[in-house]
Amino acid sequence: MSKPNPADRKYTREHEWAMNSGDGTIVMGITDYAQKMLTDIVYVELPEIGKKVKQMQTVAVVESVKSVSDVYSPVSGEVVDINRILEEKPEILNQDAFGEGWICRIKMDDPTELDTLMSAAEYTEFIKGLEH
Amino acid sequence: MKKTPLYEQHVRLGAKIIDFGGWAMPVQYTNVIDEHRATRENAGLFDICHMGEIEVRGPDAFSLLQCVMSRNLESQGDNQMKLSLMINEQGGIIDDLTVYRFSEDSYMVVTNAVTKEKDYQWLLKVKGEKSLSGVQIRDITEGTGKLDLQGPASQSILQEITAGDLASLKFYESMHTKVLDMPAIISRSGYTGEDGFEIYTPGGGVATVWKELLKAGSASGLKPVGLGARDTLRLEAGMMLYGNDMNETISPFEVVYGWIVDLKKEFIGRDALSRQKEKGVEKQLVGFEMEDRGIARHGYKIREDGRDIGEVTSGTFSPTLNKAIGLAFVPVSHKEPGTALYIQIRDHLVKARVVRLPFYKRKK
Repeated sequence: MSKPNPADRKYTREHEWAMNSGDGTIVMGITDYAQKMLTDIVYVELPEIGKKVKQMQTVAVVESVKSVSDVYSPVSGEVVDINRILEEKPEILNQDAFGEGWICRIKMDDPTELDTLMSAAEYTEFIKGLEH
Repeated sequence: MKKTPLYEQHVRLGAKIIDFGGWAMPVQYTNVIDEHRATRENAGLFDICHMGEIEVRGPDAFSLLQCVMSRNLESQGDNQMKLSLMINEQGGIIDDLTVYRFSEDSYMVVTNAVTKEKDYQWLLKVKGEKSLSGVQIRDITEGTGKLDLQGPASQSILQEITAGDLASLKFYESMHTKVLDMPAIISRSGYTGEDGFEIYTPGGGVATVWKELLKAGSASGLKPVGLGARDTLRLEAGMMLYGNDMNETISPFEVVYGWIVDLKKEFIGRDALSRQKEKGVEKQLVGFEMEDRGIARHGYKIREDGRDIGEVTSGTFSPTLNKAIGLAFVPVSHKEPGTALYIQIRDHLVKARVVRLPFYKRKK
């Protein structure tokens, strides 16, 4: 069983989460479901600060021993902070994907994009559908 | 997809199943790193039923094999196995395989899974061309179960269910014996760089052997291991994977197989290889370690002065060394250990360094 998906944030169909900080930025990461699917994460390629991304464009890359997976940005905007701890300790993503394993902070171009994402309840239903 | 007789066991153990050369195989049961470490520290059990076994028997068995194998089999004694290559007329590698000699007229050839049919057809073709009527070639893959048991605890675990005296079995030797109540062939060999065994049983009995081995090994930390860790284990041990690191356009001298080519004997492909040996090769497969952050994967390019000069054939994160490693083709000018390589990973160049193989060697 995955950890419950916190209700304080929004979700993509590609298994990213975005939490609105209320100051025009979001913090984002991958979901607990995603880290479980990836299993042993051994490398995270973080974006550079200042990188501009469009919604659902690749913003980071997460690698397990076997696989390479793109992480998509839940919103359009500019990367203003990154979680450098992941460079040294990528396994934090396996341990705490919703907390310590956050990937980056993005300054949003258009906050209404958040409305296009799923709620926690919708995302929970969505991954239930994938498991069957 | 084809299923091995152990498919139900894998599903029951919660394995993630992938398509490997048309076979539904477990890639991992828990995760690659745990399974890798279990094999290095204790023991790992692998379903290898997908690999091919071809029986070669009769008075002409030796003549046929001597004709297709790059290795001189004259010195091979009964119950010895040899790693060898089959080479095409152009000097390319048809397959890397192991040849078991049981007696002068009884051999078994063990092939990679995806190359088995091709190897079988090649043996039949050469038999016909050389008019070797005194040899029977039989594909026995279907009825044969194969398990690999690898790691330092392998001997004590396997000894619990076999009558064969494993302590007396030397590296790359085989014995006919019994496992449980079934006839079996056991060799001391494998694909991980650890001590261990390859076990051949009747296909119908392999699930029982699998279950009994897991039971016998539960106290010693034995784990079932998927193809994910099989790949990281073999790569750390500096072993190549057919289809990944070599194919029919690659010569043994371009990879690390020069030592199993005997140009002093006649075999198919020898003339091409002799010419190549004289002329020298242009590219060479080398081991590398990443110096900068990043994992180089199969197909990534090695760059210099704005152009591609080589290509990664295998690359992964090494659980034992805790760093990214790999194999790559480089120009011979770049093959010396210590040479810096720049690998294109997505949109940046990442520095690596040529190192001597293997990456990992077990303590004796």
